[in-house]
Amino acid sequence: MAAIEILDLEKSYPVGFWHKRPKVALYPLRLTIEEGEVFGFLGPNGAGKTTTLKLLMGLVFPTAGTARILGVAMDDPQVKSQIGFLPEQPYFYDHLTARELLDYYGQLSGVPAKGRSARVEQMLERVGLTASAGVQLRKFSKGMLQRVGLAQAILHDPKVVFLDEPMSGLDPMGRREVRDLIQQLRNEGKTVFFSTHILSDAEALCDRVGVIHQGELRGVGAVAELTSEMQGKVEMVFFAPRVPAALTSLGAEARISGDMVNAVLPEEQQDAALDVLRKEHIKLISLMPVRRSLEEYYIQKLRPTESKKGAGV
Amino acid sequence: MNSRIGSIAFNTFREAVRDRVLYNLIAFALLLSGAAILVGEVSIDIERLVVVNLGLTAVSLFGVVIAIFIGIGLVSKEIDKRTLYTVLSRPVRRWEFVVGKFFGLTGTLVVNTFFMAVGVLLALLYVAHRFETMDAWVLVALYFIVLQFLIVCALALFFSSFSTPLMSAVFTFALFVIGSLSDDLRGFAKITQGMAGALARPSLIWCQIFQL
Repeated sequence: MAAIEILDLEKSYPVGFWHKRPKVALYPLRLTIEEGEVFGFLGPNGAGKTTTLKLLMGLVFPTAGTARILGVAMDDPQVKSQIGFLPEQPYFYDHLTARELLDYYGQLSGVPAKGRSARVEQMLERVGLTASAGVQLRKFSKGMLQRVGLAQAILHDPKVVFLDEPMSGLDPMGRREVRDLIQQLRNEGKTVFFSTHILSDAEALCDRVGVIHQGELRGVGAVAELTSEMQGKVEMVFFAPRVPAALTSLGAEARISGDMVNAVLPEEQQDAALDVLRKEHIKLISLMPVRRSLEEYYIQKLRPTESKKGAGV
Repeated sequence: MNSRIGSIAFNTFREAVRDRVLYNLIAFALLLSGAAILVGEVSIDIERLVVVNLGLTAVSLFGVVIAIFIGIGLVSKEIDKRTLYTVLSRPVRRWEFVVGKFFGLTGTLVVNTFFMAVGVLLALLYVAHRFETMDAWVLVALYFIVLQFLIVCALALFFSSFSTPLMSAVFTFALFVIGSLSDDLRGFAKITQGMAGALARPSLIWCQIFQL
């Protein structure tokens, strides 16, 4: 069953004072995300990622189109007890402590009073905030606020979790923790829809990604497929003080780092290159085909195209 | 009242208390203490009347100022700080949020008014040395002052849901002034002749609508 079905969701805002004209924030978007999938919504700043999430959360009203979450219309309040949401750069009631905030959100989400307190403590422990649970949020760092945000998003054990730029502004350790948490959610069978412009995170976590740019979905694909595509090149790594001239004549592009050489050359020259290394008694460390990276796919999708303004998969 | 409205109301009340809104009670206490001492010195036989008038006016003004200045920020602050996102992404309807905020603010004002009422009665006891039966009318006056707060809260919340805080404050305060002075405006329209009278008379109908 599809966890999220976006059916031609569209958003435009009127701009201008006297002559109001529509500014399109999101062209008709059609997208389906299956249950248990981790989906990365990629795009540069201002691409329409946050607008899409706001529409799905019912925070802004669509100009046209609709969406279904777990088979229920997105504007049905009941479906909201099944979804968790972390906004971008979250800001919470800073007069509350982390424990009070989670308890408040638990009440709003309909977590039964019996067991709510235990659930709050469990979440605080899961995001590593047990020691700071009694401190008011105005004294929290950005990373700690992000952790509170994650805790409130999964507090009520939702089936679908929406995360808007969850790694934004975090230090490497914080990013690692968020990545681990998303992995845990995947292992628990949750559907995760997260927006990001950090491609390495998307590559490490997502089953599928979608690229959005200027309000238009430019492409959707499975990460494994996108990154398995061969480039017709091989990458050789070997120990040598310099690049053999014979290798350069085969069309190798080499980079020297200390005693190590990293050379990329056309696939059809692979055997000839190996012969050169053998002849020169050079020790080969690795030989791998060059695959397309997610970054290349992303850059390709961001290039200006004959836009059809409204795409879907 | 459903539990979500109750939770939002309690959170609003807790926010007001922790943001030291009730500190206005200190200013109120100082004002009344000073007034009671001064009245005791300068008034002859009308100490009770002066303290009651001064006390009720102070209760009303303090309450209206709090209602306007907190009320106008209740919704806009949540939008600016984006705390609204994590509330409305839960099974909370928009009207439940607004009603919860309203109850939270009125709860704050009721608690505030309770302490100010205690202050007024203590000042009264200080200047008159004992309570009289007619002092019970102070409680009736306080009841109507609280009702007035509810209207001002509702107006501030209404304007703040679609306007900027500054404009919301102007609109709410203007309506409060019109509502409070509607009797005077009506009297003015009746006795005034010429252009001023012609301009004032159409306002009679609005005076009835906005009378607080």
